[in-house]
Formats: sequence, structure tokens, C-alpha cells
Amino acid sequence: MIGSLLAPRPEVWVYLAASPLSWLTLTLIAFVVADKISIACYRHPAANLVAIAAAIIIVLLKATGTSYDTYFAGAQFVHFLLGPTTVALAVPLYRNFGKVKAEALPFAVALLAGSVTAIVSAVLIARWMGVGPQAVASLAPKSVTAPIAMGLSERIGGAPFLTAAMVMATGIFGAIILTPLLRLLRVNDSAAIGAAAGLAAHGIGTARAFQIDSTAGAFAGIAMGLNGALTSLILPILAPLLGL
Amino acid sequence: MIPALAGIFFCQLAGEFLVRALALPLPGPVLGMFLLFGFLMLRGGDRQKVPEGIGAAADGLLGHMSILFVPASVGLMRYFDLLARDGVALLTAVAGSTILAIAVTALTFSLLSRRKTAKGVTKCNSPEGEAQ
Repeated sequence: MIGSLLAPRPEVWVYLAASPLSWLTLTLIAFVVADKISIACYRHPAANLVAIAAAIIIVLLKATGTSYDTYFAGAQFVHFLLGPTTVALAVPLYRNFGKVKAEALPFAVALLAGSVTAIVSAVLIARWMGVGPQAVASLAPKSVTAPIAMGLSERIGGAPFLTAAMVMATGIFGAIILTPLLRLLRVNDSAAIGAAAGLAAHGIGTARAFQIDSTAGAFAGIAMGLNGALTSLILPILAPLLGL
Repeated sequence: MIPALAGIFFCQLAGEFLVRALALPLPGPVLGMFLLFGFLMLRGGDRQKVPEGIGAAADGLLGHMSILFVPASVGLMRYFDLLARDGVALLTAVAGSTILAIAVTALTFSLLSRRKTAKGVTKCNSPEGEAQ
């Protein structure tokens, strides 16, 4: 009996590899390991939880020859909670509404300036680096939360799934660079930090902002939502001007 | 806890429905966030007193937000061949543009916000200016 536990029959592995439970469990364990690594690095922003956990999982999937679709069949249960969590952002927004209202004008101007910067700079840098037109279009909405970005990308001739990948890369990079960059620029106001995090790095930036404090988180959540709406309005206008 | 979750899910569902029915350029959950916010505002009362269950459920979800992005981030693995080809250019654009967007947003915000506070202080020297 112990022998069959140590060297299980092949169909056991087939069951485990096909079961959504395996990939759901792997997602949680990879996150726990990432959390330990982050603690060991004294929560240095470069030791980003999402990046470490995703890297662990990608290595394991590649090593076992597992496709992303098989993995996602299990991981979708975690992914699904993104929707309700986005709705839940209303609570910190409500709790901090006094601060948001007091900063309404700086916030609105900052969002507009940041939104245009995010689009125009992505297009110009990518083109300057010799990226092809479809990839440039895929990159344009990269600062916006994935569901909006994918729809916008399709509308201006991009590839939605490449956009989703760029959105994730943007979020992870933004979460890592946020506090070092703003310390360099001597910005230490939670509201300004949160607004920048949510605008430039959508949900991953918002998750990072919540690690700073709940004011930063509240501003980030609204910035993410409003930048989604703003980019949906601005990008179709900017696209022809940028030659997309 | 369950009534709170039901309320949060309902807001998302209503958001998804309205986005499709009205062809709005927003994802359902983002509209759902504004719906829940509208509900909390209409309910009124003390700002800090969110209905207990909803506060706890929201804090629970938001406290673990990072893990929710892991499955989608693993999706990057499908683009390794493209990244091997154009990766340097694409990631330079992502990094450069993200740095600029963060810097422009944060600097605009703190510049305008500081000027407003400074003006308030010189005008009437009110205690409100110190609250920042």
C-alpha cells in the first residue's frame, strides 16, 4: 500500500493533472510561497507577490507540459473573485469620500493628464522602438483594467490577448516602481500616490496602494474605474491623431 | 456575511446587465462599484459605519486582492515567443510609459492639491488647513 502511494499508477497523475483542484491548489500554494519570499525580502517592492507567484506557476506548468487552458480551468475560481472585489472597492471609496471630495479638482485634472500620458507615451515609445502597428495598437490601452483594455484594443486594430498580457506586465511593473519612483519625486501624499497607482497600473496598482494605507487604496480604486471610463472616451479620439 | 455577499454579487450582476443593455464602455464590475457606492450614499448616516457585513466582506476581499491577479498574470506564458522577438521593445514601452503615467498623475495631483492648501492657509489661517 505504501508502495502504491510512493509510486502511484499513471492514471493517478492523469487525474491530478486534469483536476481543476490541482491548479487551484497550486495557485494558492504559489502565493503562500511568494508571500514568504516577500517577507524574507522585508517586503521590498521589487519582490512583487503577483510576479513571484506567477513565475513559480509558469515554471511548473512549463516543466510538466501543462497548457494555460488546463491551468485556468482550476485557477478561474480565484480569477472569478476579481469582479466582486472590484465592486467591494465602493466601501473604501465611501469611507474616504470626504477626502476624495475635498481633492476633487486636483484629482480630476491629474486623471486627465495621466490618462493621456499613459496612452500617448506607450504608442510613441513602442513605435520608436520599432514595434509593428498591431502590437502598438495592442499596447495603447495598457494602463486600463483588462476587460476594458481588451475591448478597446480590438476597436483600434490591436490583438486583445496581447493587450491582456501587456496589461498584466504594466500592472506588475507599476506596482514595483510606484514607491521608489514617487520617493525620488518627493511625492508622499497618500492620495496622490493612490491616484497614480490606480491610473497607471489598474487593479494590481490598486492592490499595491492598499498595502500603503486605505486612503491610497480608495483613491487608487476610483482612479482605476475612472481611467477605464476616460480611456474608453479618449482613445477612440486619440487613435487617428496618433496614426493608429 | 451571506447577505453582504449577496448584495455585492447583486451589484456586479446589475452592473453587467446595465452595461450590456445600455452598451456602456465600462466593465460590469466597475459599474457595480458605482452602484454599491450609490447605495451606500443613499443609505446615508455616519461615513465610517458601512453596514457591518458589507464592510467585513469588502475588507476580506480587498485584503487579498493581489492573489486574484495571479491566474491572469500566468497568461503571460502564452506570449513568450512574441516576447522573445519583440520583448525588449514592448517591455521598454510598458516600463517607460508606466513611469511617465505615474509621475505625471502624482505630480499634477500634489502640485494642484498643495497650491489649494497653501491658498487656504494664507487666506484665513483656518484650522482646516492643518487637517491635511
